[in-house]
Amino acid sequence: MKLGLLLKNAFRDSRRDRSKLVLFMSSIVLGVAALVAINSFNYNLVNDIDNQAKSLLGADLVFESNKPFQEDWIKVMDSIPAEKASEVALLSMAYLPQQSQSQFVRIKALGGGFPFYGKLLTEPENVDFQKEKTALVDDGMMLQYSAEIGDSIKLGQETFVIGGRLKNAFGSVDLGSGFAPTVYIGRESLAATELIQPGSLVDYSIFLKTADDFNPDEWRDSKRDDFRDNGMRIQTVEGQKENLQQAFSSLNNFLNLIALVSLLLACIGVASSVLIYVKNKVKSIAIFRCLGMNGNEAFLIYFIQIFVLSLVSVLIGAAIGSGIQMLLPIVFDSFLPYEVDMNMSWRAIGEGILVGSVITLLFALVPLIRIRNISPLRTLRSSYEEEQGKFDRLEWGIYALIILSIFGFLWSLTGNIKDAGMFTGGLLVAFGILFGVAKLITFIVRKFFPRNWNFIFRQGLSNLYRPNNQTRTLIVSIGLGTAILTTLFIIQGLILGNVGAMGAGNQANTILFGIETKQKDELAEITRNYDMPLMQETPIITMDLYGWKGKTKQEWLADTTRTARRWAINREARVSYADSISKNDKIIAGEYTSRVEPGDSVFVSLGESWARSLDVDLGDEIVWNVQGALIKTYVGSLREINFRSMDTRFFILFPLGVLEEAPQFHVLVTKTPDAETTAAYRNEVVQKFPNVSIIDLGSILVTLNDILSKLSYAIQFMAGFSILIGLIVLISSLFLSKYQRINESVLMRTLGAVKKQILRINMVEYGLLGALSSLTGIFIALLSSFLLVKFVFELEFAISWLPILVIFILVTLITILIGLANSREVVNKPPLEILRNNG
Amino acid sequence: MILEVNDVSKVYKSVNRSLTVLDEVNFVVEKGETVAIVGASGSGKTTLLGLCAGLDVSSFGNINLAGHNLNNKTENEKASIRNKHIGFIFQNFQLLPTLTALENVMLPLELQDRAKEAGPKAKELLERVGLGDRMDHYPNQLSGGEQQRVSLARAFSNTPEILFADEPTGNLDDETSVVVEKLLFDLNKEHNTTLVIVTHDMELAQKTSRIIRLKGGKIISDEKVNA
Ligand SMILES: Nc1ncnc2c1ncn2[C@@H]1O[C@H](COP(=O)(O)OP(=O)(O)O)[C@@H](O)[C@H]1O
Ligand SMILES: [Mg+2]
Repeated sequence: MKLGLLLKNAFRDSRRDRSKLVLFMSSIVLGVAALVAINSFNYNLVNDIDNQAKSLLGADLVFESNKPFQEDWIKVMDSIPAEKASEVALLSMAYLPQQSQSQFVRIKALGGGFPFYGKLLTEPENVDFQKEKTALVDDGMMLQYSAEIGDSIKLGQETFVIGGRLKNAFGSVDLGSGFAPTVYIGRESLAATELIQPGSLVDYSIFLKTADDFNPDEWRDSKRDDFRDNGMRIQTVEGQKENLQQAFSSLNNFLNLIALVSLLLACIGVASSVLIYVKNKVKSIAIFRCLGMNGNEAFLIYFIQIFVLSLVSVLIGAAIGSGIQMLLPIVFDSFLPYEVDMNMSWRAIGEGILVGSVITLLFALVPLIRIRNISPLRTLRSSYEEEQGKFDRLEWGIYALIILSIFGFLWSLTGNIKDAGMFTGGLLVAFGILFGVAKLITFIVRKFFPRNWNFIFRQGLSNLYRPNNQTRTLIVSIGLGTAILTTLFIIQGLILGNVGAMGAGNQANTILFGIETKQKDELAEITRNYDMPLMQETPIITMDLYGWKGKTKQEWLADTTRTARRWAINREARVSYADSISKNDKIIAGEYTSRVEPGDSVFVSLGESWARSLDVDLGDEIVWNVQGALIKTYVGSLREINFRSMDTRFFILFPLGVLEEAPQFHVLVTKTPDAETTAAYRNEVVQKFPNVSIIDLGSILVTLNDILSKLSYAIQFMAGFSILIGLIVLISSLFLSKYQRINESVLMRTLGAVKKQILRINMVEYGLLGALSSLTGIFIALLSSFLLVKFVFELEFAISWLPILVIFILVTLITILIGLANSREVVNKPPLEILRNNG
Repeated sequence: MILEVNDVSKVYKSVNRSLTVLDEVNFVVEKGETVAIVGASGSGKTTLLGLCAGLDVSSFGNINLAGHNLNNKTENEKASIRNKHIGFIFQNFQLLPTLTALENVMLPLELQDRAKEAGPKAKELLERVGLGDRMDHYPNQLSGGEQQRVSLARAFSNTPEILFADEPTGNLDDETSVVVEKLLFDLNKEHNTTLVIVTHDMELAQKTSRIIRLKGGKIISDEKVNA
């Protein structure tokens, strides 16, 4: 048959039923819209990185170290033709005398004209905070404590005047700034605070604005390893771009996954709408066949219809998607270090159209190819059924193609075969469970049908398995939507719950650190005065790894055959000593030595993971450089370290009798009974010992909550897409099946059923469907969140059932409501009209 | 000879038993003949018609239709035989609900890529069955008798050599039946078509030239009618 004739017939055939496919289209529209919006947003984001990276870094070349830069290296830097600035950053407590409040802050002491590109947003503009005794304080912190410009802030031993508000945290993302807000002071004023002591945790940076003819990247590449092996890092604008791109690509991958799931959900809607559409057309198809059309031509007539509709939907979706992307910067505001300019992204649109039409058509093909097998015999016998369950090679080929294209899409997204495979597998399992449950339910209802229940229940129940039932479609679409939503809630609740549980019962909830040896006893005294326990008092000594197994660190670094990992070698060694290990740790090899006498060999205990990365074992020799003095030790035991409690923990633990005289700080762990006591205790400690920092679990929780709620806002926005699509799939599949229900309802009404009874039957049916699918979805969510929590987040798994119960009830109610809204129309139609339309 | 049925049986197999619906049926229909296949409900008439028209496959025996052995034809080959040589009339009309009366009648010719002739021919036939003013109506805007007249027009549109009709008046009242029957035989005569009618209506059967009686899947008599 000629193409023109096929087109003509496709057109004619669709003209009276096109409205039935509008809803089917809308689910594709949304799915593609999600995909295009997310990708456009991402491309714009990446585009802007190029424009913004320079002003995010603020300089051409940045050096970072956690020790003061040494003369030799400063000489190397000075050999570069450049303008120079420097910064010293550290964490400390700040005290606001006017407000009598204390806060854990990040102090940045800046000297020179940094940033060279971009600028610090301040109020008033261009505050000169580098002049004596002036500080620039984070706007959020000032608002929190109602501090005003002109008030004081005490950092260590020095009191500063607040000269202005800092409106943007420079070069970093907004998240977590509530935990340690930034305070800028002048580099010259830092000494007066007396916060820098040997062994304090300090970050030193030097910023260079290089001359135009100097290539910072080339220079970095030639010097990077040298600097790194001496505990320094070099950053350039290019490097910054790569970091940003990496960070965004994870965000983008995650969003794309949600979009893909939405699109798949939409495709289930497509497949089921097409299936119902084809079922309604079986009679026509049989007539076509009877009049001499062959199977492939009949297939083409419907394929053309679906193809055109899909294409139109995909195009509309792409258009809407590029509109929606304008909203995304608002949603993701707190993750973005800069303002993103939104432009049309033709690449995203093209990709969305391609992925959208391929997946949609593949899903639509599954019911469409069954047209080829519809027998012309159906013209003679309306009840004639083709042989079911016959193996159709083409159908399985299409399933394979669907899986392959999902896998391909994921692969191109993540760039990782394994991740793509895992996620495809996960999707298959989820779909498998949902289909399996749907099958099981129809089977069980059929097998154990409660014959003596009342009429309404029996009718509602039997609707689950009778011809043209909606069980499978609804369970898959509602179930998948519920699963996504519930997983989100469970994980969010678990992370907060796990952190919250750290302070429960007799567990510690407050840590003081940066305590000097001479302050130790008085601080213990203060703590006891508050009736709080001294749960742990631990010394900390910072030292360098000098060498191990007979070679120095420099020799090892030069050795190309070494097995030790670079991060383990360059990691700063923060060491403690004690007569026994923490009760949270576990010795897994060797024995712990409590004390050594002068002249004895020193046996230290190492964290197992660090020891493994350094490739040392029991008995191996390790030499440490403790602020100039070399100490030779042997590995005496390995420990498994538990990170789940709010105690201090150390990869390296010395016995008593070695480090007592070395320069050191102390950590004190305690438990405060309530927030008021915490505040009073904190204020007293800060005023007496300005160098001591206090972190309490309460403020960590507040910060974490803040981060998670911002995250979940973004996730929920995306999940909203899935849910909306799920609803549309729900509505459209009910809408399509409505026509098949009309005759039945009319018949029942003719036989004397009242409207109420019919509505009740539907209520039972949709109530069952809603309940069963949300239960299945919740089950999948429990499974996936259990796996995520155990293997990705490595937290304890525990569930709070209340939100899950709420989700369950809501989903079931919505299903019933939509089901009833649909059947109202059926119920209200006069029987006569229905008979004519369905002749 | 246009239709030859040789030892044809049809057996439906279910899990635990098999049901022989047609049992070694034999007959030959010559060109221009009008044949009625009659029998009680359930005697296998529709099954036999489906086999003769190549809509179904026999369990045993073979059928020769317009020079083609249907046994060794694929579904697509049978479709094209139907399109070229066969016309159909059904008890429940089987018009495409999405096509107008005119388009329904044009369809068989269009399927043969004879779209140009299709329009005039279809109009002529619709005029002939008295529906010249209802051409643009859809099936659900037509009464049963009118729908069956459209389906008559469609059956003759591709000038078939043989026409199969399954209970053509089964769904119609007596008065309408008379009109449709008359049209059927008139058109048949005008086009000189071979006609095979399946019916349980003896009055209708008497109007043909030959009656084949079916009972329990077997031919119990096959005789000429004296007009
Ligand atoms: N697909 C089928 N499977 C089993 N039995 C069938 C099938 N189709 C028809 N039959 C049986 O074949 C017999 C003949 O049916 P049919 O040809 O429709 O009779 P008629 O048209 O003479 O009323 C009936 O008993 C019917 O039940
Ligand atoms: Mg019959």
